[in-house]
Amino acid sequence: MATYSSIRHNFSVANSSTSSQIGAGAMKLIKSIDSDGSDSTISFVDGASSVVLDNTYKTYIFELINIHPESNDAYLKFQCSIDGGSNYNVACTSTFFASYHLEDDSGAGLNYDTNLDLAQGTGFMSIGYGGSNLGDACEVSRLWLFNPSNTTFVKHFTLSGNGNLKAAIHGNNHNFAGGYFNTTSAIDAIQFKFATDEIQAGTIKMYGIA
Amino acid sequence: MATYKSIAYSPLSNAGSQVLLEELTASTSATMSFTSKINSTYKEYLFEFINIHSGTDDKHLTFQVSTDGGSSYGLTLTNSNFSARHQENDGTGSIAYTDNDVAQGTGFAVIAEGLGDENDGSASGYLQLYNPSDTTFVKHYISQFSLMNFSNPPQAVNYFTAGYFNTTSDIDAIQFKMSSGNIDAGTIKMYGIN
Repeated sequence: MATYSSIRHNFSVANSSTSSQIGAGAMKLIKSIDSDGSDSTISFVDGASSVVLDNTYKTYIFELINIHPESNDAYLKFQCSIDGGSNYNVACTSTFFASYHLEDDSGAGLNYDTNLDLAQGTGFMSIGYGGSNLGDACEVSRLWLFNPSNTTFVKHFTLSGNGNLKAAIHGNNHNFAGGYFNTTSAIDAIQFKFATDEIQAGTIKMYGIA
Repeated sequence: MATYKSIAYSPLSNAGSQVLLEELTASTSATMSFTSKINSTYKEYLFEFINIHSGTDDKHLTFQVSTDGGSSYGLTLTNSNFSARHQENDGTGSIAYTDNDVAQGTGFAVIAEGLGDENDGSASGYLQLYNPSDTTFVKHYISQFSLMNFSNPPQAVNYFTAGYFNTTSDIDAIQFKMSSGNIDAGTIKMYGIN
């Protein structure tokens, strides 16, 4: 059994490197980016534009709020970088499943989607299904990225979100994904984009969890 | 009718209202316990797990709670579990209900299934425990993990579980441990959420 002598408690001011965080507000807004209406990508790169994506925080949360695509049936995706954003192509193994329900109540269900998971893939990971580009349609999601600066373990993520199905199929899809970027190198940048065309509206907020 | 004055706008309402209460770091630890600071101060407690590494292959991360300050852990609980998984060699991805569920059991509940012991493998995720000090209702929890499991080649597993401790007594401690063996490494943070 772990004892106080064998585990480190960071509320011990004398022994902790993070003791000042105990009792403090823990969810720190690092950066908020609003789409300019024609973004091919939205990126958060450590050291650029006030972004901190390093060992300052062990967990980062990205809130994707009302992300609207230029094109119908465009898939919102993300990838990470280990070279400051020069390349977004870290090998990833992941899962993806979703429930859905149509507005006319003609269909509903829960499915694992083998087209949207990755097996050591270096492409962009899907956040949701192809969404609608109708004027009132958009997608929301919360992405957790764990300990990206660690150099011992792979880098885990989980996400859940909800969005409008593509324009011809009116309804919602409730998405869940998780997996890991199979690298022991530090991740220092992350990029969001649609598989095709632009992000035309929405906000992505980046938080560090102290 | 609800007004803006009475609506808490999530998720932004979390900003500044999520307070780090305690942080434990494993070092070949048989158990990791939080035996203070769980009280009526907060109606929700969030436990964040960062790179939990099992000392033994194919073991589960589990937890239980206490109503006596950690003297004993064995409250009656009922839960459900399911997971999505996908192998690194692109073996068929799937989602399925798992047989780790508990029906009025008093053992430790699984929150991450089948961790591998590879050097770069681990589990990360979170557990939300709702209103543990309430003395009217049962105590609900929700958990989600991403982990690299024990299979060869490994699978990415996205593990979900939720349930309730079937007690109206005040929960005041929580303990985490592997189904057998030690927690070799990793960090667990406990937050209070207003």
